[in-house]
Amino acid sequence: MKKELFKPEGLIQHTDRRAFLKMGTLSVAGAGLLLMGCKDDEDVMPPVSGGVSLGSGDVGILNYAYALEQLEAAFYAQVMMGSYFANASAEEKTIMGDLEKHERAHREFFKAALGANAIADLEVDFSSIDFSSRNSVLGAAKTFEDLGVAAYNGAGQFLESGDLLLIAGKIVSVEARHAAAIRDLINPNSADFAGDDIIDANGLERTLNFQEVLTAASTYVKTEIDFSQLPG
Amino acid sequence: MNLLKLLDSMCPDTTNAEEKDRFYSRREAFRQFGDMSKKMALAAVPVSLLSALPNVAKADTDSLIGVLNYALTLEHLEYNYYQMGLDSGVIDTAERPIFQKIRDHELAHVNFLTEVISNVLMGTPVAEPSFDFTAGGNFMPFDDYPTFLALAQAFEDTGVRAYKGQAGNVMESDVVLTAALSIHSVEARHASMVRRLRTKKGQDMTKGWITGNDYGTLPAAAAGIYAGEENVSHAGVNVVNLTGIDQDAVSEGWDEPLTMEQTLGIASLFLSS
Repeated sequence: MKKELFKPEGLIQHTDRRAFLKMGTLSVAGAGLLLMGCKDDEDVMPPVSGGVSLGSGDVGILNYAYALEQLEAAFYAQVMMGSYFANASAEEKTIMGDLEKHERAHREFFKAALGANAIADLEVDFSSIDFSSRNSVLGAAKTFEDLGVAAYNGAGQFLESGDLLLIAGKIVSVEARHAAAIRDLINPNSADFAGDDIIDANGLERTLNFQEVLTAASTYVKTEIDFSQLPG
Repeated sequence: MNLLKLLDSMCPDTTNAEEKDRFYSRREAFRQFGDMSKKMALAAVPVSLLSALPNVAKADTDSLIGVLNYALTLEHLEYNYYQMGLDSGVIDTAERPIFQKIRDHELAHVNFLTEVISNVLMGTPVAEPSFDFTAGGNFMPFDDYPTFLALAQAFEDTGVRAYKGQAGNVMESDVVLTAALSIHSVEARHASMVRRLRTKKGQDMTKGWITGNDYGTLPAAAAGIYAGEENVSHAGVNVVNLTGIDQDAVSEGWDEPLTMEQTLGIASLFLSS
């Protein structure tokens, strides 16, 4: 049922295949029953004025990814203009340079894929980051990369399109590669690259939902992001 | 991630209203049981309760079992490899914490997948295969540390591609998909660490991410593990043309999947006959 062809410039505004799954007997299930696999249509809520609205369905999730990639790309662009980068080791310069290019490529890809549905450019706020400090830059990079992985891992289940799910999968593993490298720069040759703070006893990496991710990101984003139409 | 969430992902295999009601009420009973014992360990779910799981569509369940057994085979391979490496003493003392952590994750994946296959999907987990990590006498990973690291990189990068290739095959179950994604990113963290470690030790010039289809100083037999990684077009968009960013960097920014057939072709080199 989730086999829709992906059309880069013409992502369908809203798809209603979930209507297929609508059930007539939900009342018996009682309040509080979360139907993760057999979803009813989500409530349609009007976007708030001001800021950006991510939209609904797969478009909304792509915009969510686009917002995070905007944040990451802007961060690394600023890193490369700061004095930490100017004085960094050759290895760290290579890593920061690579991450800047990867995140910029991700951002531009999502923008192109979303076409007219893309949200506007976000206004970022990195005033809490000291771009002359290695500790501050690497700490922020760790936050962004770990957050990105948890966000993609949490959002995958809401994508209707298998093609988009695969693309998200292609990106999330690169974010995880970044996260492990940054963590190893902070604490070399330790187990922190895949630490117990983000991986549980079953060997599963944490997932975060839309609200958790956007709340964490809000420290660095001035633009108000309305995610109320996202599925889930 | 727990069994109760997995229940939520299941849909009733019936169009009959009464049967649907029964499905939901039974599932709710499980939910309430879960609420009473949130801290219950995964393995501690009583078998009697699990055996009364609501019916789910059998075709879906069989398909999920097939994919998870495939994943379990790879996890068995990885876990055995790291455990044997740790037991052999081939790993530099300073780097043992890295491989102990990776070993712990692979063992956790083996146990998790076994539990889900047998006690949630009511399937039969694949038996642990017998492995030959010399690949017929070609490699000596437990005598030679650079070889150990090279094969570790090969297994981790293969694992990332293998899980990615199955995402679309488990997407009908939100919880199985999320679990698979949560393993997938852990494998990617392992891969990044091992790749960079090899470079730090002067054994390769590889980065944490895969540049083109470059397999660096790995044996030529590893070429298949990286075939296709040079792709720079996604959803019909050539990202090099779109952005002007160099081909190498764009290829690094997206990892590519492997099919089950491709992956098992690679893994079969290390299965003893």
